[in-house]
Amino acid sequence: MVKFNRFTLDNGLRVLVHEDNTTPMAVVNILYDVGARDEDESQTGFAHLFEHLMFGGSVNIPTYDEPLQRVGGENNAFTSNDITNYYITLPAVNLETAFWLESDRMLSLAFSEKSLEVQRNVVMEEFKQRYLNQPYGDVWLHLRPMVYKQHPYRWATIGKELSHIENASIEDVKAFFKKHYNPQNAIMVVGGDVKTEDIKALAEKWFGPIPAGEKYVRNLPQEPEQHQARRETVTANVPLNDVYIAFQAPGRLEDGYYAVDLMGDVLSRGNSSRLYRSLVKDQQLFSDIHAYMTGSFDTGMFVVEGKPTEGVSIDQAEEAIWQQLELLKQTEVPEDELTKVKNKTESTLMFSEMSLLDKAMNLAYYELLGDAEALNHEADKYLQITAEQIKEQANRIFRKGNSSTLVYLAAQPATEEIEETE
Amino acid sequence: MLDRTLAPHFGAIEHIKLVEPKHIKLPNGSNLYYFNSGEQDLVRIEWVFGNVRFNADRPLLNSAVITMLTEGTSTLTASQIADKIDYYGAFLQAEYGYDNSVVTLYSLSKHLASTLPVIKDIITDSVFPESELQTYIRNQQQKLQVSLQKNDVVARRTFNKAIYGESLYGFAGDGADYQQLQRADMLAHFKQMYQPSNCDIFLAGKIDDEVLNLVTDAFGASWANGPESADISQPAVKSSNELFYFIEKPEALQSAIRIGTRSINRSHPDFPALQVLNTILGGYFGSRLMANIREDKGYTYGIGSGMSALKHGGALFIATEVGADVCRDALSEIEKEINRLKTELVPQEELDLVRNYMLGSLLGSLENVFSHADKFKNVYFSDLDYAYYDRYTNVVKAITPQDVLDLANKYLDFDKMYKVIVGKY
Repeated sequence: MVKFNRFTLDNGLRVLVHEDNTTPMAVVNILYDVGARDEDESQTGFAHLFEHLMFGGSVNIPTYDEPLQRVGGENNAFTSNDITNYYITLPAVNLETAFWLESDRMLSLAFSEKSLEVQRNVVMEEFKQRYLNQPYGDVWLHLRPMVYKQHPYRWATIGKELSHIENASIEDVKAFFKKHYNPQNAIMVVGGDVKTEDIKALAEKWFGPIPAGEKYVRNLPQEPEQHQARRETVTANVPLNDVYIAFQAPGRLEDGYYAVDLMGDVLSRGNSSRLYRSLVKDQQLFSDIHAYMTGSFDTGMFVVEGKPTEGVSIDQAEEAIWQQLELLKQTEVPEDELTKVKNKTESTLMFSEMSLLDKAMNLAYYELLGDAEALNHEADKYLQITAEQIKEQANRIFRKGNSSTLVYLAAQPATEEIEETE
Repeated sequence: MLDRTLAPHFGAIEHIKLVEPKHIKLPNGSNLYYFNSGEQDLVRIEWVFGNVRFNADRPLLNSAVITMLTEGTSTLTASQIADKIDYYGAFLQAEYGYDNSVVTLYSLSKHLASTLPVIKDIITDSVFPESELQTYIRNQQQKLQVSLQKNDVVARRTFNKAIYGESLYGFAGDGADYQQLQRADMLAHFKQMYQPSNCDIFLAGKIDDEVLNLVTDAFGASWANGPESADISQPAVKSSNELFYFIEKPEALQSAIRIGTRSINRSHPDFPALQVLNTILGGYFGSRLMANIREDKGYTYGIGSGMSALKHGGALFIATEVGADVCRDALSEIEKEINRLKTELVPQEELDLVRNYMLGSLLGSLENVFSHADKFKNVYFSDLDYAYYDRYTNVVKAITPQDVLDLANKYLDFDKMYKVIVGKY
C-alpha cells in the first residue's frame, strides 16, 4: 500500500506527495507526458535527444548537475515511446535545491548551441553503443516497423537513423520545449522524509509562477488490426541464429492487458515457465528463450524471442514456439499454474515497495494512466484474471495473421576472420 | 520577487546512522547475522560460501557448481525446485562472485516454511544430474559466443587476465573449458565448499522469532560439517609484464577502452581517500572524465572510473566505449586528466562538491533494510568493522587538495597502467 496526498497548482501541474519517514532521503520524480510516439516522422529520436538537453543548463542556472551534486544529490532520466521521466534522489534536508533546479528547467532552458552540438554527438555514440555496435543490437529497429505500419511506435526511442539526430537544430529544440514541457503536461511526485504541507508551499513558491503553457492535444494515428503474417530475414555478423515472433497486443489500458501479461508469465517467467522447461530443458531446442509484452499505452507488442541450439533449423524452432502458443489457445491454464504466476506478480509488487524511488515513479506513471490510486489495486486486477480469459486472449492474439516473424541469421563464413583475431 | 539565480540554502550531511546486525553463532560453526526492520512481511536470506582455491586444470568449478545448484538434488528435480520457488512467489538466485558464491532467497515471510526446505535441499544435497550438466555446458557455450562479440566484454576479460593472471579473478574461460566439466569433480567440489564452517548467513527484513526459528532449525544443529574443511586460500596473484593489448575489430563503430592498475583494497588505510580521488576522476556524472570526454568532446555515451576491492587484491580502472575514429584522442584526454590530478591542486570548490556528493550518496545507498545488510557485508568480508564507515566519512570531510595531489602521485601512473583497446585504434 503506497499512501499519498495529491493537489494541483493553478497552472495545471499535478503534485503527489508520498510521506515515508523511514528514510532520511527524498526523491523528486517529474514525468512529462511526451515520448517518441509524439515525434515527427522526419525527426525521430527527438524526445530522447531532448532529454539529454534538459541537463544542458536552464534559463537562470548555467549547469544542472553541479548544484545538485553539491548538496549530495543524484539524478537521471529515461525516455520511452510513451513518456519522459526525470528523477532526483537527495538528502531530505536539501529538498529545496531540487525544486529550484526542476522549476527553472520547466520554466525555460538555456538553449545553448554548444550543448546541442555535444549532446548530438553523445546520443549518436549512444546509438552506436546500444544499437549498432552490439550483436543483435538493431533487432528493434527492424521489428518495430514490421509490427506497426501507421502508429509512431514504428520507430524506437533512439530514432530511425543517425541522420535524424545529426540534423536537429536549436529551433527544433525550442519548438519541442514549447509544445511539451509545461506544467499542464507534467506530473511531479515528491517522496521520502517530507511533509505534504511543506511540499505545497515549496511547489507554490517554485512552480506556481510558471505559465501554464498550451495543452498538447495528442492525436496519433492508431494501428489497424493486422490480418496478414509478416516476415523478414536479416543476416548479420552474429554467432547464433535468433528468432523473434511479435504480435499486436492490448495497450496498457485496454481490455485483456492483465490476462496477456499473466500469459507472458506462464510462458516465460522463471525456470518453471513453459518455454524454458519445455523448449530449453526437455526438448533442448533453444539455448535461450523469452516472452514478454511491451506494456505500451497504445497497441502493444507481445514478443517471443529465442536462440535455437546448434543444428536446430529455423523451421523447427518456429514450429516449437507455435506449438506452445497453440496449447494456450486450446487448453486452459491449470489452476495451480495460474495461482503460481499470480503469486509471483503479487510478491513482485510487494518487493517493489521496498524502494522509495520505485514507489515515486510508479505513482507518477499510474497518475498519468488516470489515477495514482490504481497502483494500490494492481494486485487485485491480476488476481481476478481467470484461465478462461487467458485462453480467450491467446486465441485473439496468437494468430498467424497477427504475427511478425523476424529471423536473425548468423552470417556464416565471413565471421571466421574476425573471430580469429581474438 | 523570487530570484531564481540564487541557489537555496543547503545543509551539510552530518550523521549517517547504520543499522548493526544481531549475531548468532550456530552450533555447526556457521555465523548468522540478522537485520530486523521494515514494514513489509518479507525477507531476504543470503548464504555466502567462500570460493575454493583456484585450480588451473579445473578453472570453472567454482562458477559451475553455484550456477547448477538449482538443477537437482537427490529428491528434487530441477523443475520441482523451480515449481516450489515460483509457486510461493519467491525468488531464488545462485550467483558466482570473485570471492564468494551466494545463494539468495527473497520470500514473503508467510511462505518461508515452504520455501526454506528447498534451499536446505540444494545447499546440502545437490547432485548435478548428467543431463542437466550437458544442457548447462551447451547453453553456456552459446551465451559465451554472444558475449565475445561485445567489445566491452572482451576488454574486461583481457584486462582482468592481464592484471590478475591465472587466478579466480583473471581467468577468462572459453568453450573448451566448459566442455571439460565433469560431474564427479563438481560433486567433490560441492562437498568441500558447501558446508557450515564455510558459510555465513545474512537475514534482512521483518525478522521475528518464527522466522529466526525456521532458519536456525534448518541450518543449525541439523546441518553438519563434512570430514574435510574447505580450502579457501588462493594462489598469489601474478600480473602480466605486458601492459598494452590491442584487439582489432575491423568493422567496429566504437572501440572499448579499459585502462587501469592493480591497487589497494578496503582494508588499506588509504582506501577511503583513494575513493575520493577516484570520484573526482571518473566516479560520478560530473567527474573530470565525463566532463571532458562526454560533455565537452562528445566522444562517448559514457566514461567512468571505478575501484574493485576484492579479498586478495584490488584494481583501479577506467572504462568506456568511444567512437572508433576518436579512440586515440580519447586515450590522450584520459592521460591528460590523470596527469592533471598529479600536477594541479583540485580546486576547493570541486572538492567540496565531491565531499557532499559522496556523503549524500552513502546516505542514499541506505535505502532499506537490505542495503544496511549490504553495508555490513562490505566491511565484514574485508575483516573490518563499522569503524570503517566513521573513518570513511571523516576522511571524506577532511581531505585537502594537497592530500588528493599526493595520492594521485602515489597511486596513478599512466605509463605503468594496463591498457586494453578492442575495436579500432
